[in-house]
Amino acid sequence: MLRLLSVRLLQAALVMLAVTAIAFVMFRFVGDPVASMVREGATQAEKDALRLALGLDKPILTQFFDFVGQVLTGNLGTSFRYQQPVVNLLLSRLPATLELVIVATFLALAIGIPLGVLCALKPNSFLSRLTQATTLVGISMPTFVTGLLLILVFAVNLRWLPSSGRGDLVDLGLWKTGFLTLSGLKSLILPSITLALFQLTLIMRLVRSEMIDVLSSDYIRFAFARGLPRAYIYGRLALRNALMPVVTVTGLQIGQLVAFAIVTETVFQWPGMGLLFTNAVGYPDVPVLAAYLLFVGFLFVMINMVVDILYTFIDPRLRTR
Amino acid sequence: MTDKTTPVLDIRKLRVEYPLANGDTLVAVKDIDLLIRPGEIHALVGESGAGKTTVGNALMGLLQAPGKIVAGSIEIAGKPIDLRTGRTEGIVPGRDVGAIFQDPMTSLNPLFTVESQLCEGMLTHLKLSQKQAKARALELMKAVGIPEPERRLGSYPHQLSGGQRQRVVIATALACGPQLIVADEPTTALDVSVQAQILKLIRDLADERGVGVLLVTHNMGVVAEIADRVTIMQNGAVVESGSAREVLTAPKAAYARTLIAAVPPIETRLERLPVPSEETQVTLDARASVRAKSTKSEVGGKDDMVLSVRDLAVEYGARSLIPGRKSSVFRAVKGVSFDVRRGEIFGLVGESGCGKTTVANTIAGLVTQSSGTIDFQGTALGAKREKSVRKSLQMVFQDPYSALNPRLRINAAIAEPILFYKLASNAEEARQDAKTLLEAVGLPADAGSRFSHAFSGGQRQRIAIARALGPRPSLLICDEPTSALDVSVQAQLLNLLKDLRDLAGLSMLFISHDLAVIRQMCDRIAVMKSGEIVELAETETLFTAPKHDYTRELLRLAPSLDRILSRQTAAE
Repeated sequence: MLRLLSVRLLQAALVMLAVTAIAFVMFRFVGDPVASMVREGATQAEKDALRLALGLDKPILTQFFDFVGQVLTGNLGTSFRYQQPVVNLLLSRLPATLELVIVATFLALAIGIPLGVLCALKPNSFLSRLTQATTLVGISMPTFVTGLLLILVFAVNLRWLPSSGRGDLVDLGLWKTGFLTLSGLKSLILPSITLALFQLTLIMRLVRSEMIDVLSSDYIRFAFARGLPRAYIYGRLALRNALMPVVTVTGLQIGQLVAFAIVTETVFQWPGMGLLFTNAVGYPDVPVLAAYLLFVGFLFVMINMVVDILYTFIDPRLRTR
Repeated sequence: MTDKTTPVLDIRKLRVEYPLANGDTLVAVKDIDLLIRPGEIHALVGESGAGKTTVGNALMGLLQAPGKIVAGSIEIAGKPIDLRTGRTEGIVPGRDVGAIFQDPMTSLNPLFTVESQLCEGMLTHLKLSQKQAKARALELMKAVGIPEPERRLGSYPHQLSGGQRQRVVIATALACGPQLIVADEPTTALDVSVQAQILKLIRDLADERGVGVLLVTHNMGVVAEIADRVTIMQNGAVVESGSAREVLTAPKAAYARTLIAAVPPIETRLERLPVPSEETQVTLDARASVRAKSTKSEVGGKDDMVLSVRDLAVEYGARSLIPGRKSSVFRAVKGVSFDVRRGEIFGLVGESGCGKTTVANTIAGLVTQSSGTIDFQGTALGAKREKSVRKSLQMVFQDPYSALNPRLRINAAIAEPILFYKLASNAEEARQDAKTLLEAVGLPADAGSRFSHAFSGGQRQRIAIARALGPRPSLLICDEPTSALDVSVQAQLLNLLKDLRDLAGLSMLFISHDLAVIRQMCDRIAVMKSGEIVELAETETLFTAPKHDYTRELLRLAPSLDRILSRQTAAE
C-alpha cells in the first residue's frame, strides 16, 4: 500500500514537472513578457531595468528552476490584466467552478447509475427506450445549445429560475458559497444540469454495458443457482462489479468538468475559472494562462492518484500486490 | 428428512423446447426419464449439444429465456414440481437443489469474501442469524477440507487456488442442505491431481450425507471414477441408461459404443482411434499432395533434428529498479532442453502453470526467451526471425472459436499466409492450394466460401490446421489442439494429425495435459513441472516404466476407463 502510494507520488511529481516546463515555455516565450508588462512609450532603459528585475537575462535553465521554485512557493506571477497575483484570482474563482462541478457530478451519478441499471435489466421496457433516446439527443447536442434552450424555457418563458450569475453568496472566509441561500441554489440548477447532461449519458451507457457484461458472468449465474433474491443479486453482487470502471470515468470526468466548464460558464455568465480563462485568452493574459495550465495539470494528476487509491479499496485483487 | 427409498430426483418424460425466430421449435430435451436415489451419483453424458446441461438448468430454474418445459414431470425428494408455466415453480434453487459449476475461477464473485458468499444463501433460505450462518459456514469449510478454514473465511476468491475455490463452491452448494446437487462439469477446468481430490470429495459427500448428485460431464474417465449410474444422451434424447459398469463395459446402443470407443485409452497405443467415418481417397490424395509441395520448398539441412532447445529459460515481469529489492520476476520456464527429430511427434505434458505453453510460445516467437538457445534447422531463433524461419514454424491453438478471424471467408483465411510467404504466384493459385488443404483436413471443398461461424468447433480446428499447413511448415506446434472438443471429434482430429505426420512428413511439438491423448499421439514425451522437465523418455517407456515420482503420480491420478473398471472387477 505504502509502496504503491510512493510510486504513485513519484510519478505525479514527474508529470507535474513536465507540465511546469510547458507552462514555463508559455510564460517565457509566448510574446515578450517585458513588452506586455511595461507601460506604453517606455524607454529602452526602463525596459532593460525590468528585464533585469524579472531575471530574464539569466540562462534559460536557471530561469526555469527559478520558475519551479516560484511555483512551489505558490507564486504564479501577476496577471497582466488585473495587476493582481494570479493565485488570488484563481482562488477567488475556484469555489464557483467547484460548486458547479460537484452538483453536476452528483446529478450525473444519482441519475445515471439507476438509469443504466434499468436499461440493462429491462432493455425493452418503455422507460429504458425513452432513456436511451433522450440521452442520445442530450449527448448529440452541443452544450451551449442545451444551455440556451434551458434558459429560454425556464428563465425567459417560465421565469422560474435565474439565467445567469451565482445569486446571493455567503462568505465563509476563503470560500464564497451559493449552497446556503435560496437564490444561490436556484442559480445552480440550470448550469449544473447543462454541465451534467453529457456526463450523465456517459455514465448511464457505461453502467448499462458493464451491467450487461456482469449479468452474463458465471458468478451471477451461480448466484441465481443459489436462489438468492433478485434485488440482492442485481443491487449488490452485480452492481458492485459493474461500478468499477465508473470510478475511473467519473474521476476523469470531474477533471474534465473543472477544466472545461468554459462553455457552460460562458453561457450562464458563471463567475468561475472557465470564464477567467476565456477572458485571459482574449487579452492575452499569459500568467493566468500558464497558471491555469498548471492548475488543470495538478488537478488531473491528483484525481488520477485518488482513483488509483480508491481502486485498491474497492477491488480486493489489487490489495495484495 | 425423507426416507432412504424416496428418490431425490424423479424426472418423467421431460421435454424442453426453444421456440426459434423462424417459427420452428428446437427440442433441446426429448422426453427423458431420470431417477436418482439418495446417495447416488448419476452421470449424464453426451457431446456438446446433447442437451445434458439443459436438463441441469431446467432443474435449477436457470433455463435461458425462450426455452421452456412443455411436458413431463419433476419430483424432487418426493415433492412434485409445478411445471405449468414452463418454469420449475416451487423449486427454490440453492435450498432444494445445490449447484456446482464448471469453472471455479469464474463462479465466485471476485469482490466479496468467501464468508459472505457462503452465508448469503443461508441467510436467505434458512433465515439464520449472521452468527449461526458463520458457525455453519465454518463447519462446511471443514467438511469440504479447506486448510485453515477460519482464516479462509475472510479470504477473497483470488487468494485461493483453483481446487480450494471449487471446494468453496461445493460448500456453498451444500450450505442449505439440499437433497440434490447438480454438478455441471465440476472438474473439467481442473488439473488431474486436483480433479482426483474433488471427485473423491463429491463421492464422500454422496456416501456420508446421502445427497443425490446429477453429474453432467463429457469425460468418461470421470464417469468411471465416481458414477453409480450413467445416462448417455444424444440430440436431446436418452440413448442408453444403466449402471455405470454395464454401460461402460458393454454398451448396447450403437452411439454409446462409438462414444466410448472414441475415448483415447491411456493403457495402450492404438494405430488409429476408431471413428465412425473414415477418410475418403480424395482426402488421402490431398494429404499426399500437401507433402509433395512441402518437400519442394523444404529448407534446412539433412540432419536428424528439426528443433534443438537448450537451457531455455523464460521470465515474466520486471526486475525492481532499486537494487536489493525483491524483484517481481516470475520464472515460467527454468532451463529446459529437448530435441525434436524430423518426422517425430514430440509431446510436452504437465499440469496448468507448468510452463508448457510458454515453451511453445517461445519457440513460435510469441515470447522472447531470457536465456538459452533454440536451434531450428540450423538457425538460432531469437526475437528477430527470418521470414523463411517463420514460414517453417506454424502453430495450432487450443480454442478454435477465437483462433479464426470471423470476418474472413475460410478461403481467404487459408490463402492469406500462402500469399504472404509468396508460395503462390497469384490469388487463383493460392485459392486452389487452399482447396487442396481443405480436402486434406477432410472438409468439403465448398467450405472455403463460408465464414467461420458456419462451422462447428471440430471443423474450425480443421480449418485452423489447414491454415497452419498453408506455408508448408516443417514443424507444427499444437497447443492443446483438442481440449476444447468432444471425444469423437477429438478422435478424428488426432487421426488427422497422425496422417499429416505420416503422409505430409510433418514434425510436431504436441502439447497437452491429457496423458491418454499424449500416449496416442507422441513418439517421445517430456513431462514438465514448475518450469522444468522432470522426465524425458520414449512414450512406451514413460508409460510402462515411469522413473520420476511426479510422472508416476500423474499416471496414477489420470482417470481412465479400463483401469477403473478392471479394478472394480478385481474387487468383486
